[in-house]
Amino acid sequence: MKYAALALLAAAPLLGMGNYPLHLLIMCVLWGYVYTSWSVMGRLGMVSFGHGAFMGIGAYVVVMAWNHYGLSPWIGAPIALVLTAIVALLIGYPCFRFKIVGHYFALVTLALSEVTRLIIVALRDQTGGSLGVTPNTALAETSYSLGALQFSSKLVWFYVILAFWLGGLWIWKKVDESMGRLALEAISQEEDAAASIGINVTRLKLRVTLISALMTCMGGVLYAQYQAYVNPETVSGIGISLQMVFGAIAGGMFVRLGPTVGAVFTLLLAEGLRLWFGNLYHGLDLTVYGLMLVLFIIYMPKGILGAATQAWEKRRGGVARAA
Amino acid sequence: MDIFDVFLLEAVLNGLLLGGILALLALGLNLIFGVIDVVWICYAEMIMIGMYAVYYLHNVYHLPLWFAFAGAIAIVAVGGAALHHLVIRPVLAAEPINQLLVTGGVLFFLQAGATLVFGVEFRNVGIRLPQLQVGEMYLSMARLIAFGVALAAMIGMSVFLKRSYLGTAIRAISQDRRIMPLMGVDPNRIFLVTSALGGALAGVAACLLVLQYDIHPAIGLSFGPITFLICVLGGLGNMMGGFIAAFIFAQFISVGGFFLHVEWGYVLAFLFFIAVMFWRPQGILGGK
Repeated sequence: MKYAALALLAAAPLLGMGNYPLHLLIMCVLWGYVYTSWSVMGRLGMVSFGHGAFMGIGAYVVVMAWNHYGLSPWIGAPIALVLTAIVALLIGYPCFRFKIVGHYFALVTLALSEVTRLIIVALRDQTGGSLGVTPNTALAETSYSLGALQFSSKLVWFYVILAFWLGGLWIWKKVDESMGRLALEAISQEEDAAASIGINVTRLKLRVTLISALMTCMGGVLYAQYQAYVNPETVSGIGISLQMVFGAIAGGMFVRLGPTVGAVFTLLLAEGLRLWFGNLYHGLDLTVYGLMLVLFIIYMPKGILGAATQAWEKRRGGVARAA
Repeated sequence: MDIFDVFLLEAVLNGLLLGGILALLALGLNLIFGVIDVVWICYAEMIMIGMYAVYYLHNVYHLPLWFAFAGAIAIVAVGGAALHHLVIRPVLAAEPINQLLVTGGVLFFLQAGATLVFGVEFRNVGIRLPQLQVGEMYLSMARLIAFGVALAAMIGMSVFLKRSYLGTAIRAISQDRRIMPLMGVDPNRIFLVTSALGGALAGVAACLLVLQYDIHPAIGLSFGPITFLICVLGGLGNMMGGFIAAFIFAQFISVGGFFLHVEWGYVLAFLFFIAVMFWRPQGILGGK
């Protein structure tokens, strides 16, 4: 069943999909991956408003390395990952050590994503500032360049991003199966009690944060390479950070496919409203989106998939845990 | 460079004036957090609504400026009470983080709603106050007024909290939420009043900001994050702390912007914030 659905998804673009639906599909999978990355730590009680920082680092480091130093994304991406790890540890260690949780954690990480956005804007001579930047194309003569990680075919991107998405789900499962998850769930319930039974709270939290941050950074790399355009607002800052949080919540961050459902839902909602009303009513999609978020958090805090699986389990009368 | 540069002094003074308005922004948020234990992520968007209210009342319906100001403050105050009643109240018993998130949803709603209704064009109330010349320095008149009003609003607020019955009840609730119903205080009513008060303060801030800035739907993002950080830096809910933190931040922005670019002033302020969090996670005046 699971594999059949996956095979169908993988084969879908081969069935003669237009460019636009394929682009939408890619965006769904890409944002599904990013939201999944966020939820890896978000669902364990660490609600970060700072993931825009990691995505921004991923996107800008590869583009800057390529444009200014001619370094291939194959080198740029590891640099971005190392930088992300350093930033995640620098912000995570003190936060967890000094028990900055809940509101405070959200607001401290929010500062981080704003710093990243502002630094990108402030380095406008190198980054192009608020206007954004396009990676120099390597596709003048060929249709693809493996070294520059640029492909003119959307199909290639679809499979690359699909692979990352599957990898993200696999990591989620691994975190779930590890002893650490039980400990982390205990921590998110009652941190002091968890510490008192010998759980190393700081180290466990750091590990999950690191995983989540690195995954998000790769999301930034993929986004920059696929879109071939980055802008401080679309990859960092408070806007994109909140978008991740809300996408994950709308879909349901406690279920493995929840964040992906959230990505599909928000993209289809935005595109649907745009097609329906045209571009006549600028801002309509986000207005409806904002309203739905409020309603979701009030009436369906477990998100779409979370609520659906709960209803399904209730009907079966089973107590089986949602995968 | 001579450190007692007159332009540096100008930057310091302008920073002081900026601190006044930042302190006012932080005051409303701190009041709400201190009493209801909720951070309005959409606080700056409430101010944006207030700014549009001034613009529409004054420039479209041609009301005198003072009426427009009063109207805007009233509108945002009602908006604050509505926000509490419709959005916060249903999640008061839920996990604390949901309360933060739900107001984030309101942020999207208000920002996009403003785009939908008012359009993306920049609006301006068209009041240009002169620059004030003091010796060789130029100080912004609008900022001077904002500073004065912000100070007056803060003094007014502290008098209200200390002297009136309602203010005493508000302070009591913020100290012990569970015991107050036993004393015959209806927390729901206090929450509503507090939200309206917080909204009114956002309205006052809106009136001061229209004198200095153009109005557009995303303007909240330009001073929203900094307001939260000021509150956290001062200790969430601690009004005095927020007051001090506002002036520290303003100096970073103003003086940092003087030596480097404006964005670097902000970057420095944010980095300073992160550094202080490691040293005193509860904020400079926050107790625990």
